[in-house]
Amino acid sequence: MRLVLDDEQRQLRSAVRDVIADHCPPSRVRAVIDERGWDQGLWRRLGELGVTGLAVPEGFGGEGAGQLERCVVLEELGRSLAPVPYLASACLAVDAVRALGDDELSADVLPRLASGELIGTVAMPPDTVVANDNGGTWTLEGKTDHVIAGDIAEFVLVYAGNAGWFAVTGSQRCAMLETLDPTRRLGRLEFAGTPATRIACPDPEAVLRAVTDSCAIALAAESVGGMSRVLETTVDYAKSRVQFGRAIGSYQAVKHACADMYSTYEQAVSVLRYAARAAAETPEAAALASVYIGPAYFEVAATGLQLHGGIGYTWEHDAHLYYKRAKTNELLLGPADRKIEALAAALGI
Amino acid sequence: MDFRNSVRTWLAEHAPPGGADQDDPVALGKAFQAALFDAGFAGITWPSEYGGAGLSSAEQQIFDEEAAAYDLPTGVFLISMGMCGPTLVDLGTHAQKARYLRPLLRGEEIWCQLFSEPGAGSDVASLQTRAVRDGDDWVISGQKVWTSGAQYADFGALLARTDPGAPKHRGITMFIVDMRAEGVTVRPLRDMTGRAPFNEVFFDGVRVPADAVIGEVDAGWFAAVTMLGHERVSIGGSVRRHYDPLTYANLHALASKLGRAGDPVVRAELVTLYAKERALALFNTRLKQEADAGSPPGARGSVAKLAGAELLWQAVSVAGLIAGPRAVAWEPDDVDGAELATAINATPASSIAGGTNQIQRGIIGERILGLPKEPQADRGVPFRELRVGTQHQD
Repeated sequence: MRLVLDDEQRQLRSAVRDVIADHCPPSRVRAVIDERGWDQGLWRRLGELGVTGLAVPEGFGGEGAGQLERCVVLEELGRSLAPVPYLASACLAVDAVRALGDDELSADVLPRLASGELIGTVAMPPDTVVANDNGGTWTLEGKTDHVIAGDIAEFVLVYAGNAGWFAVTGSQRCAMLETLDPTRRLGRLEFAGTPATRIACPDPEAVLRAVTDSCAIALAAESVGGMSRVLETTVDYAKSRVQFGRAIGSYQAVKHACADMYSTYEQAVSVLRYAARAAAETPEAAALASVYIGPAYFEVAATGLQLHGGIGYTWEHDAHLYYKRAKTNELLLGPADRKIEALAAALGI
Repeated sequence: MDFRNSVRTWLAEHAPPGGADQDDPVALGKAFQAALFDAGFAGITWPSEYGGAGLSSAEQQIFDEEAAAYDLPTGVFLISMGMCGPTLVDLGTHAQKARYLRPLLRGEEIWCQLFSEPGAGSDVASLQTRAVRDGDDWVISGQKVWTSGAQYADFGALLARTDPGAPKHRGITMFIVDMRAEGVTVRPLRDMTGRAPFNEVFFDGVRVPADAVIGEVDAGWFAAVTMLGHERVSIGGSVRRHYDPLTYANLHALASKLGRAGDPVVRAELVTLYAKERALALFNTRLKQEADAGSPPGARGSVAKLAGAELLWQAVSVAGLIAGPRAVAWEPDDVDGAELATAINATPASSIAGGTNQIQRGIIGERILGLPKEPQADRGVPFRELRVGTQHQD
């Protein structure tokens, strides 16, 4: 299995990196945090570049590329902490629609999700939403927490434990949650007699598993991108910061910590490339990505912050943004024991 | 038949029954190496001109994966095949390659590595063994240590100081030494497991010819770095063998056997160990693919070695969690207990041999990340003016 990027994938990476550098430098990320908003300009530009539709089949206006290409984009977004709903819309919503395999729904939403004109997301358990059949029309009751981009999505796929998958369109009642990570907005969607369209599918739970796995791999990709940035800035700082008459990176205590960060990062990249390729074949792939990369990002972000000393603990410095994103990515899909159980199940133990 | 199938079929037929209790591991190892050669599986990536198979590392990896199921008697050739041979392939003259590679591949000649000395451990470049030019020959005097396999090796790749007036890295040369030559004395050295896999080797006026130099005279440090790069890949990058008691798979089997597999703490530790083992294996695969695409691992081999050692230490901890006191005291017929104790005893070697974890982190920090070196007290100073190890020079 190929774990090295090819030329085309490397070109994609540099194209996305350039667009982000132009439209969403760190100063823009800060401005968006202060506005408590998101970066609509970058989102439009990503749409023009075609990356919002990377995983959408060509017949529905997308690029028909694979998980691996999309992970390349997610790495860049994770590197820059760009506040755009890529994970929610271009990953979760697109993958859920594709997994549901409903022709009418696909034709309706995939082209608009691909262009970025429609923003979608997925509302998943553990919270329970109940669907009520009102003689042919359906309504939803209940709430779902931790919905990514829940406040701006105009298309939500909802998993209702009693009746499978539903599509809800239009603006939602969304209560924003306070978040550890100011660059990732999470909301609580509230459904009270909300009209919804039932999307029939033979195995709703399989779709749920596929979307959850896809989310795990997408988070892992963002995390790997974040790690690469933390490693770079920390090594640069260790080369330029002088204490006791020497660059701090010349001290073994600092140098060895950087080496450990690098080792963890390199292994995380390897796991990600594998997981992106193997996701369709085995549930081990996504579970492995979660178990390895979740804590690895936090470890790297925390070490990077530590090596910056006092400046790393300030609001001004970006170290805390990566630290917070790392913890968020690690915990968003559930605590460690659940991921370990998922990997144990995939291993058959 | 594709390569994997031919390897699988051949191994099923030719792999000798496993187990470490062979009467004569050297004879068995030589016979098996000869059989590998006859089958076309010796030196898979080595040039065919000198007896190798001339294939890529993809085939090597396939072979390693298939071989992992067996306890193959390849240990006595580990250094020959993993370090000395590849260095000769990289740096040897045509005459050296023509003379030495084929007999090695055919299992006729075994090599050892003569680098470390009592005063030159992590700082190998401070070695004191000397080679002095005498007519057409070089005359070698000094002492090496930690030399694995010296007791049965036919040749050694030796580093000696050829210019004590130059700064330490610049006055070293690598030589091919006949281990049966006059003046070579090998004394076994016991390690903490109680076995004696390595030796002290003494050189007392040993003569070698001028064409025994590997690479250039006084450029031995470059040759040494080349060989150490192969060593790290060969230690860290090797496919974990199925009979290794500290793999995830075998620790899980042990946990099941002892009724510990259902314990939530044991389970969580095992799964975490699996994830780390898998991450390292995937990293090694990626390194090999990059090497095939034309970027050799270089200092990234240090990541494989460092991560491999850390993984073993974690596995030791999981083993203790599973086995409890059985890992420290066992009935004479309890194979599991004995195997675990051996593995626990052997684990410190993983983070010391071939460059300690601390040295690997230094290499990663300086050569990959470009972090500045520590101030070096010996920089630019002629070697003869330096203090070395715990001894004073004469």
